[in-house]
Amino acid sequence: MNEELAKYMQITIGIVLVNNIVLAQFLGICPFLGVSKKLKTALGMCGAVIFVMTLASLVTSAISKYVLSKTFIYENSQINFKFLQILVFIVVIASLVQLVEISLKKLSPSLYGALGIYLPLITTNCAVMGIAVNNVDLHLSVFQSTIHGFFGGISFSLALILFSSLREKLDLANIPKPFQGTAIALITGGLLAMAFQGFSGLV
Amino acid sequence: MFETILFSIILMAAVCLLLGVLIGFAVKIFAVQVDPRIEEIEELLPGANCGGCGKAGCSDFAKALVAGEAMPSGCPVAGKALLEEVAKVLGVDAETGEKQIALVRCGGDRSSSSRSELYNGVNDCASAMLIAGGPKGCSYGCLGFASCARACPFNAIEMVDGLAIVHEDLCVGCGKCLTACPRDLIILRPQSAKVNVYCNSPAKGAQKRKICSVACIGCRKCFKVAEENIEMKGFLATVNYDNPPQEDIIEEAKCPTGCLSTTTTLLKKFHSHD
Repeated sequence: MNEELAKYMQITIGIVLVNNIVLAQFLGICPFLGVSKKLKTALGMCGAVIFVMTLASLVTSAISKYVLSKTFIYENSQINFKFLQILVFIVVIASLVQLVEISLKKLSPSLYGALGIYLPLITTNCAVMGIAVNNVDLHLSVFQSTIHGFFGGISFSLALILFSSLREKLDLANIPKPFQGTAIALITGGLLAMAFQGFSGLV
Repeated sequence: MFETILFSIILMAAVCLLLGVLIGFAVKIFAVQVDPRIEEIEELLPGANCGGCGKAGCSDFAKALVAGEAMPSGCPVAGKALLEEVAKVLGVDAETGEKQIALVRCGGDRSSSSRSELYNGVNDCASAMLIAGGPKGCSYGCLGFASCARACPFNAIEMVDGLAIVHEDLCVGCGKCLTACPRDLIILRPQSAKVNVYCNSPAKGAQKRKICSVACIGCRKCFKVAEENIEMKGFLATVNYDNPPQEDIIEEAKCPTGCLSTTTTLLKKFHSHD
């Protein structure tokens, strides 16, 4: 096994299991609780997140590498735009998703119908943002970032599908009144996060 | 320091301008022809995106309306005036858009129908159904555990002595109670059809008589009076909702059990007990 392959294994397994974006990094909790009532809606959300994360990682890592990390010299002062990273990423990701949505509507109505309302919902989702910032902090190349983004989406999907399946089961269970609804959902989420701690140290 | 601030502002302005122009062009290039009524209706709708209609939000509901997949009355939030406006945009005429309201096809409260066994489980119709078909003598009538009343977002269903009765003025015809009833006892009927048969049991007359004093015993009296308004389905008379009978049919038919009645009469009867 060469080093290159090992690096990719580390990125993929790391983000899906060890540093699961929802259950270990606690990013994207809002859609995790919001759209996990039914497995069907959860699947729609998963598709949209995978799509947007991959695309956002590609674009933001390229911007970071070729614009933000460069140091410009103007007269006598050095200017580095690294501190604008979050602002630029937010604007870029949001408009990127808008662009994709507009073009999908025309070019592929069926895909637009499947991703539907979930696309605009995650334009400024913190999980997407988190992956973009992590790409920079982990010093990943543009291609590695894209892989990282794609598997970030898979990681989110894994957590969401597990959780929504559990919540569908919970609907049938006899839950004591004070725990009904969001309370038991949060407890379940916590237990799931604790279970995922078992993966730590794997990579 | 000053340069950094200046260039940051310039950079952000440039990025935002560029992206804005890009999106602007994309909207023009990838413009999709949509029915202008969709936007018009979406503006009329409450915009709360509550999902009460079963769609993903108000814009999704507007699309379904224009596509003819939904009726304006599907929106539980909109008032009557607003629904009329929406119907006007859609071009639905008043006749096809007649308001549907729910009807519980049973008149057997605790005093007029027999109970079979004691049930002390979960207070829910579906759960009661699981245990030997429910604790009511009649296996077609209202179980009285108020599953439909809890499902109703408008509190339009009143439980009177173990019987669900729909208040005509509160019901909007959303159909949520239809799915809540495990006995498929509830149907939607046109609001103007005041006279209904409050029985759903296809069993033989004598059999029904033993367990319920307000069942349809299949005597055909109402059918003889108004053949085109009433249909006989075996031992059960049903109202033909394509051509519903007028209220005077109750006087003429002299229904021996009082099963052919109106909701107003039923409510009056039950409330006189108190």
